[in-house]
Amino acid sequence: MRRGIVTVAAAAMLLGAVSSASASLKQIQDRLYDSSGIELAGFVESRLGTRIDRDQDEKRQSIKEARLQLDLGRDFDWGLGHFKVDFVADGVEEKAASEIREANLQFSPLEWMDLKVGRQVLTWGTGDLLFINDMFPKDWESFFIGRDDENLKAPSDAVKASFFTEAVNFDLVWTPVMNNSTYIDGSRISYYNSVIGRVAGRDYIFADDERNQFIRDSEFALRASRTVNGVELALYSYYGFWKTPEGVEFTPAPRLFYPRLTEYGASVRGELGGGIANVEAGYYDSLEDSGGGDPFVRNSEVRFLAGYEHELARDFTGAVQYYLEWMQDYSAYEASLPVGMPAKDEYRHLLTLRLTKLMLQQNLRLSLFTYYSPSDHDYYLRPKANYKVSDHWTVETGANIFGGRDDYTFWGQFEDNSNVYLAARYGF
Amino acid sequence: MKKFFLISILLLLWAAPALGAMSADEIVHRANLASYYGGDDGKARVTMTITDSQGRERKREFIILRRDVADGGDQNFYVYFRRPSDVRKMVFMVKKHVKGDDDRWLYLSKLDLVKRIAASDKRTSFVGSNFFYEDVSGRSEKEDSHKLLEETADHYVIENIPKNPDAVEFASYKVWIRKKDFMPDKAEYTDKQGRLYRVVEALEIKEIQGIPTVTKSRVRDLNSKSQTVSEFSKIQYNIGIKDSVFTERYLRRPPREARR
Repeated sequence: MRRGIVTVAAAAMLLGAVSSASASLKQIQDRLYDSSGIELAGFVESRLGTRIDRDQDEKRQSIKEARLQLDLGRDFDWGLGHFKVDFVADGVEEKAASEIREANLQFSPLEWMDLKVGRQVLTWGTGDLLFINDMFPKDWESFFIGRDDENLKAPSDAVKASFFTEAVNFDLVWTPVMNNSTYIDGSRISYYNSVIGRVAGRDYIFADDERNQFIRDSEFALRASRTVNGVELALYSYYGFWKTPEGVEFTPAPRLFYPRLTEYGASVRGELGGGIANVEAGYYDSLEDSGGGDPFVRNSEVRFLAGYEHELARDFTGAVQYYLEWMQDYSAYEASLPVGMPAKDEYRHLLTLRLTKLMLQQNLRLSLFTYYSPSDHDYYLRPKANYKVSDHWTVETGANIFGGRDDYTFWGQFEDNSNVYLAARYGF
Repeated sequence: MKKFFLISILLLLWAAPALGAMSADEIVHRANLASYYGGDDGKARVTMTITDSQGRERKREFIILRRDVADGGDQNFYVYFRRPSDVRKMVFMVKKHVKGDDDRWLYLSKLDLVKRIAASDKRTSFVGSNFFYEDVSGRSEKEDSHKLLEETADHYVIENIPKNPDAVEFASYKVWIRKKDFMPDKAEYTDKQGRLYRVVEALEIKEIQGIPTVTKSRVRDLNSKSQTVSEFSKIQYNIGIKDSVFTERYLRRPPREARR
């Protein structure tokens, strides 16, 4: 507790110091650029949040951290260099850490080819906070505890090669050693543990067996895309692993692991009736459970989504999505399920709604994103208000509200983790 | 000789409207070409200073690239943000269509996310300033009916009445167009109660590569008592911006023209 107070006090002092030192900060930025051509940007942020209900499995405080981000860029004539690092003082986990978010070079070895090499954030696909063909790592924990949206995308250590032709563009991403998503392991967010058959938290932190062998644990992601009359078409393919540990092994002790996965998919996005429509689908071939008879490795799946976004009024936009996860070999799954383990549905339906309203000369952004599953009877609401006080200062408040009928469904299991948060950021 | 004759004819045809009385539609058309279609392509660094009613200032800084698909027709825009820090490296791309809705994309570099954005009311604020999207990319001539109100020594004064009054917040607007180069240097908007509430002015017009160019402009909103001043620097025309710049490739990797 005392350490927490110290963290917050330190963060407040840092924020104050940065603010009063902003003039000299500008000097440092200018001097760095003039002497070496390096552009420096970043922010200092303090973020505090608490659980709404007392969760016996977790700390009351859902987030309590100070973050300094330094973003360095250099425009070489032949390409771009980029380095971005976050320094975090985390009062919940009582630790200080640095996280390199980007460290890459981007250049064009040939007129029709781009390369991006190093640590980078990667995104493709058409879903809004739903991912079918985007097999790049996510950080769900950050997302659920109310960190900035930027943190949902975790970086990959990868090589991205893009080839551009008249007809089709190709992207190939090779990740030599698998980069998994940050899954919910119980340390910050309590979850339904299928091994012990109840919601668990810090009392049962689910360890995983990381994929860490060079080459053998490589991932390959491919995309072919083209735009025809403003309609964006893409085909995707992925060879690697489930990004969250969708397998459990029991010997010597229960551990999670990342089963092999191959994925194929497609997407279409374009303008329709004054709005934007998108459709995306994918087939997840779970190679280590091809018959579907292993209850401890996730079955193969068909995933589908369709979305539509439209402006509702001036500075007010609405968007809806329908999303489906269709489990393959359902009868084999049902037959193999151990007694007492709650069965998942064959079809998981999900609806999302996004509302965004800009006010006060677009300095205040009010937004709401909701997930609701009519088949699982659960939901996740993300209301947020973000106000730009000045060109440097931003304050933000929001909530992550989970709920559902059962404690073993996707969103329902997180019910005790509903939280509210508040943040202040100084950008430079 | 034959060639010379042809050129003379063309010159005559070109000069003819200037000699006789020009229709309001013609004046507006020439003003539209002069203010939004200079050169085949162009680049500028833009600094917007937004001042609210209490004198608080906010700044936006971006580089804008433009390439015309056809003179007076479709255009492509690429906007690369530099300031403030929360929008730094963000890219906004528009394929403006004279017929039908524009195609718009946003690239969020922090997430490496290429987002397609729904067409919006073109009379909404551009990046929180007093400029509207329409002020940046131009309002289609065909959306208003035009009337020549007055001819002064230096200006044509045109009154514009929207053909679809429900789609816009104004009842009419008057534009002062310079006779010498068809550059509009002032527009006054009147609301449905007949009150003047919005003034757009070119504060400075310079010749750049022989093309008359607005280098400083201002929008004043008389209702909210706020204003935005835009200053344009590093203006260049006909630099050979390629069509391919306006594709996903360059959303993810800003082209050289946008970086310096």
